[in-house]
Amino acid sequence: MPSVRFRLNGAEMEVDADPDRSLLDILRGQLGMTGPHFGCGAGECGACNVIVGDRAVSACDTPLWSVADKDVTTIEGLGTSERPHPLQRAFIAEQALQCGYCVSGILMSAAALLKRNPSPTSREVKQALDHNLCRCGSHNRMVRAVLRAAEEMAAG
Amino acid sequence: MSQQAPAPSPPALPVSLAANPKLSTWLKFSRSGQVMVSPGKVEIGQGIVTALAQIAADELDIDLSRVQMIRASTAVSPNEGVTSGSLSIQQSGRALRHACAEVRQIFLQQAAERLGVGIDALGIEDGTISGPGNVRTSYWELADEVSLDRDATPGIKPKIATSRTLAGHSVQRIDIPDKLFGRPRFIHDRALAGMLHGRVLRPEHARAKLRELKEDSAQAVAGLVAIVRDGSFAGVVAETEHGAETALNALRKGATWSDGEPLPDEDDLASFLKAQPCESTVIGRKTATAPGAAVARTIRRQYTRPYIAHASIAPSCAMAQWAGERVHVWTHSQGVYLLRTDLALVLKLPVENITVEHLEGAGCYGHNAADDVALDAVLLAKYAGGRPVRVQWSRQGEMSDAPFGAAMAIGIEADLDAQGEIIGWRHSIWSNGHAARPGRAAQPALLAAFELENPFPRMVSTNPPQANGGGGDRNSIPLYDFPSWRIESHRLTTMPIRTSALRTLGGQGNVFAIESMLDEIAAERGEDPVAFRLRHLRDQRAQDVIRAAATRARWKPEKQPGIGHGIGFGRYKNTGAYCAAIAEIESAEEISVRKLTLAVDVGEAINPDGVINQIEGGAIQAASWVLKERVRFDRERITSTSWTEYPILRFSEVPDVEVEVIQRPDMDPVGAGEAAHGPVTAAIANAVFDALGVRVRDLPITRDRIITAMELS
Repeated sequence: MPSVRFRLNGAEMEVDADPDRSLLDILRGQLGMTGPHFGCGAGECGACNVIVGDRAVSACDTPLWSVADKDVTTIEGLGTSERPHPLQRAFIAEQALQCGYCVSGILMSAAALLKRNPSPTSREVKQALDHNLCRCGSHNRMVRAVLRAAEEMAAG
Repeated sequence: MSQQAPAPSPPALPVSLAANPKLSTWLKFSRSGQVMVSPGKVEIGQGIVTALAQIAADELDIDLSRVQMIRASTAVSPNEGVTSGSLSIQQSGRALRHACAEVRQIFLQQAAERLGVGIDALGIEDGTISGPGNVRTSYWELADEVSLDRDATPGIKPKIATSRTLAGHSVQRIDIPDKLFGRPRFIHDRALAGMLHGRVLRPEHARAKLRELKEDSAQAVAGLVAIVRDGSFAGVVAETEHGAETALNALRKGATWSDGEPLPDEDDLASFLKAQPCESTVIGRKTATAPGAAVARTIRRQYTRPYIAHASIAPSCAMAQWAGERVHVWTHSQGVYLLRTDLALVLKLPVENITVEHLEGAGCYGHNAADDVALDAVLLAKYAGGRPVRVQWSRQGEMSDAPFGAAMAIGIEADLDAQGEIIGWRHSIWSNGHAARPGRAAQPALLAAFELENPFPRMVSTNPPQANGGGGDRNSIPLYDFPSWRIESHRLTTMPIRTSALRTLGGQGNVFAIESMLDEIAAERGEDPVAFRLRHLRDQRAQDVIRAAATRARWKPEKQPGIGHGIGFGRYKNTGAYCAAIAEIESAEEISVRKLTLAVDVGEAINPDGVINQIEGGAIQAASWVLKERVRFDRERITSTSWTEYPILRFSEVPDVEVEVIQRPDMDPVGAGEAAHGPVTAAIANAVFDALGVRVRDLPITRDRIITAMELS
């Protein structure tokens, strides 16, 4: 079985698996990382979004081989309750979810956005999240939370 | 003999408490300073667990952080039926408030005896009971002395509204941090020791039968544990999820299916619905008290809504594990006891042999595939040698095999007098039933049960009675003071497309029809639609939400080209939350909703921010239904099986939403989850008319529908 090496949330990983399998399958199955969620398996909903390098991608249609030697960040690597990412703090402050199944993917899309654009407009946030689906209708709270996190980060 | 005044009716327990009177079923104290609160209702993304914790903490005078909410399970929880119908606050909330108030009294009594102080001299602060002379004890200290294995007594008086410190205030939801830090809270993320993975094979064509199944290539998949077949039900069990997927794909290639059963014409749903055999019921009738004016003319309109998918972001998932003749099931079902009843019917086992335990799933908007996948897991787990089996549906399965919200055709006839006033109103509904939930009939409602070698008959959906809010007829009785009306519901007795409860049941369709018709009559009269509604409403709370929404939206904004404003109003189930919505839409290539302004009255709002969140979410979901959603099918199969073919509203398309909550702390609290859909639907349709001068009476309101409506008018 070929092996693929990459960094997962800062830690070196070596995975023995068919390199054509999806990153999501490996993360959830082999590595027990259940933060990224399966939603559609076709890259259409964003529930499984992770950050590869500096871009948010859907892990369900990202083949394992394509992340070789790259940095992969999942929601588990974003922050902890002791040291939350400003986005996590802001989502709590805005109570920006209902069921929360989509939110781990949304946080990753938002984190990637804030990295490349630390002070986005509301319109830019919506554009960045446009490939993430939310069925409960928490969109506006999520946009507010992302803007709030950006402000907090700018204030240092 | 002197006549006596009738005795006042004895106080009654709240319904859920009357059904589950033992206090220890609802709450228990630990010596370590915690209260375990055990409601029968479940978290489905609506924040109910937090609201119930608030009620309990408030009534007991303890800090919210001391409350541990126990997930519903048939092993320990009160049986509260199903978490649906916006009833959790009404049912579970009232029961818990009563139970906690009584338990507080019981502890005070015990403390008074132990401390030798009169009960009235004692107070409670964060669970510590203290009195004059610095005497003190606590719930935790007394926990072992006080038995709550006793029945609740009627007539207990909970705190008055003004002395509540938590209920009525926005607190942060207790389930949210787990979800933001990626901790495994969802059923999808839970791993049981030794867990296997299962997948079920289902036909593409509606109700096709499995004729032949070649198993050899699936057998060759590494880690395969079992291939299961029972009639047309077939599935695989494997060591890993990847293995189960691979085996399922192999099995699919080896399957030969019969032809399916024909589906209706998706482009002519009204004709289909009206041509089917049906059961007709007069839902309501009002006769004019005085002879009225003569009918000058009658306006007849027809409204339709399509089948709508639940389209939860997560495909349904369940786990099951057998031990001899007993089975344990983990599920995100809305009703653990009801699911258990149906599992017992299918398995031909006594209910005592089955334990059904709730774990959170993704947002649930009604009877989706949660119960179906639970039976799938139970059937596959039989072949797992006592190991637990986790089954998850595919996106495609979720979009085609789960029950849908029923399509509806609604005809309204309004008789107008010579002055254009409404003097008669007839409302007729043609629709499949809106409920086929498990646990309520002599036959099971679960999908796999219809597929077995010895199948159960396919359940045809029915409607809950009007006393429970009705089904297809929900919200069909006008809230307006028309002098006479006749409301009739025609429930189909055939069901080529599987339907069951989806948020609001028939409420969305009926409010859309009523409020569209009303708007049309007001427009013809040249009367402002807000004023027209107010003039026909006698209920102050109804008037208040309309006025509040109108004020907030600065009704009516000046006319601008391409922009339209419309209003919709409803009281959910005619007995629940009041809601008025004003939509501002823009008509360009497509219709976009720019802003929704809502006012809502849910009585006492236990968690006002939770109410706003529910109303906002409901409003956005309704906008998605109205602008985009329609289950697609050809004559053989459901074709809208992915997000591409069943689009929902995206971030860039979501309107701004403003919500005003009219707090009524002294009124009984009612649920908020379904109040917005009908009013928002109507408000958008009426705003489209305001912008374009054309009435679209068939949902969804797409560009094509607008063009068709323009051609017809």
